Amino acid sequence: MKILAIDTSNQAMSIAVLENEKILGELTTNIKRNHSESLMPAIDGLMNDLKIEIQEIDRVVAAKGPGSYTGLRIGVTTAKTLAWTLQKELVGVSSLKVLAANATSPDRYIIPVMDARRGNIYTGMYRFIDGKLTAVESDTHISAEKWAEYLSKKDGEFLLIGEDQQKHIETFKSQLNHRVSSALPYQHLPRASVLGILGLYSEVEEVHTFTPDYLKLAEAEENWRKEHPDLVGESYVEKI
Amino acid sequence: MEKNWILAIESSCDETSAAVIENGEVILSNIVASQIKSHMRFGGVVPEIASRHHVEQITLIIEEAMEEANVTYEDLSAVAVTEGPGLVGALLIGVNAAKAVAFAHNLPLIAVNHMAGHIYSNKFVHSMKFPLLALVVSGGHTELVYMAEDGSYEIIGETRDDAAGEAYDKIGRVLGLPYPGGKIIDEMAHKGKDVYNFPRAMLKEDNYDFSFSGLKSSFINKVHNAEQKGEELNANDLAASFQASVIEVLVTKTLRAVKEYDVNQLLLAGGVAANKGLREALSDVMAKEAPEVELVIPPLSLCGDNAAMIGAAGFVEFNKQQFAGYDLNAKPGLLLG
Repeated sequence: MKILAIDTSNQAMSIAVLENEKILGELTTNIKRNHSESLMPAIDGLMNDLKIEIQEIDRVVAAKGPGSYTGLRIGVTTAKTLAWTLQKELVGVSSLKVLAANATSPDRYIIPVMDARRGNIYTGMYRFIDGKLTAVESDTHISAEKWAEYLSKKDGEFLLIGEDQQKHIETFKSQLNHRVSSALPYQHLPRASVLGILGLYSEVEEVHTFTPDYLKLAEAEENWRKEHPDLVGESYVEKI
Repeated sequence: MEKNWILAIESSCDETSAAVIENGEVILSNIVASQIKSHMRFGGVVPEIASRHHVEQITLIIEEAMEEANVTYEDLSAVAVTEGPGLVGALLIGVNAAKAVAFAHNLPLIAVNHMAGHIYSNKFVHSMKFPLLALVVSGGHTELVYMAEDGSYEIIGETRDDAAGEAYDKIGRVLGLPYPGGKIIDEMAHKGKDVYNFPRAMLKEDNYDFSFSGLKSSFINKVHNAEQKGEELNANDLAASFQASVIEVLVTKTLRAVKEYDVNQLLLAGGVAANKGLREALSDVMAKEAPEVELVIPPLSLCGDNAAMIGAAGFVEFNKQQFAGYDLNAKPGLLLG
């Protein structure tokens, strides 16, 4: 099975083409640039280099969030439209799981970290169990302070991973001391090759209804739902 | 004649739309999913929520447009998409979906200006006779555009502050009307009389620019003063007085430009082109004062945002073989011309 994997959840952009578990090519950049400008030229360029036609791809794998709302939508829209228009399979994988999969330590909890502003983070809790990367806790949006406190009540050691972990490492150290450490410098960037392999073993999504996992409602929506708990779940888009 | 079919996509604000257009003038399909019910909850369009709805809808709407038109990708000549102006997050969904379809099927990609789209919605009613003038009035724009030929746009006048549609939305809020207020104000205006004599901004000035923020302030002051004094104002008369000011300025300046520029046609375009008062006033004045100039007004179904108009404007670029690269980005502040 040929796979195209796309991750534009944060500043880094990563794309990869795989034949099952074999990585045929990968491109990862980590500069401040608009993903909308660079993503499709990058896919076009990589496919050209590999002499693979887009029609030959059997499955498109997208990092589905959390992350930057705009970044996620660029990757997810591109992935779902490609999958739909070519009638190929679509798979979504947690962007936090992609980061966690860069770690290899089976003896500790892997804590992927993305900054979510105002002291908050997107994070999760992963562990290799019987050689398989497993989510011990669901991905969540939480204050770094609270997450560190939560972890401090658990036994074991923790590995922080992701470009943004350095912004929050002190918060974790203050509660976990020597029980927390940072992953190695080359492990912090999301790699679409890793995403592709995770996607190989994930369930296929319904293409039309596939949307990013933002892990957070838009602020206006959140306030509205608090005021109208009885109306949540109604449909607000209609054909005219 | 050779038939060129263009798949067009529009997502600049709160409508997700896709259409298939033949030779820039025949609508094979035009599917529009409106988010208006969602944004009514907040009294205006919330950009982040608009972007989220677009991702939910985009492939469904394109699929429906392709199915209704009964075309395959091999039948298509190009994919056209709105690149701007509009909400950046909303535009990005259409732009990235269009790029994916173009890339997947090796089709040329065409970037279309949303305002050019509004102007070209008239092409579904009548062929365009240049030189012409277009009055484009919407929630975000109020412009007089001179076109010497296909695809050439010269803005000869525009609003210096609020767009006409924006003023409608704002005074709608003051009157306690649900968002968007434009249609209701138009209906109320037909039941009331112009008794409050709101200012006609820039009416006499020797240019084709507009201003609606003074009118808006004057309206708000009138309502607040009355509230403080405990006076009752007639809401229908308020609506009629407001609308009379907007229309008089738009129509008077447009007529002056029509004469000055010696055009063959006057096109009305944009969301506010659905306003009954404006349609009637423009028709009356043109019939009396410039009967030699043909007035074209789009049907109500094509006044709001839709992808059909993007396909019509995109066909002009297609004929010029003016194509966009895969690095196409959303341009929220894109200007015409």
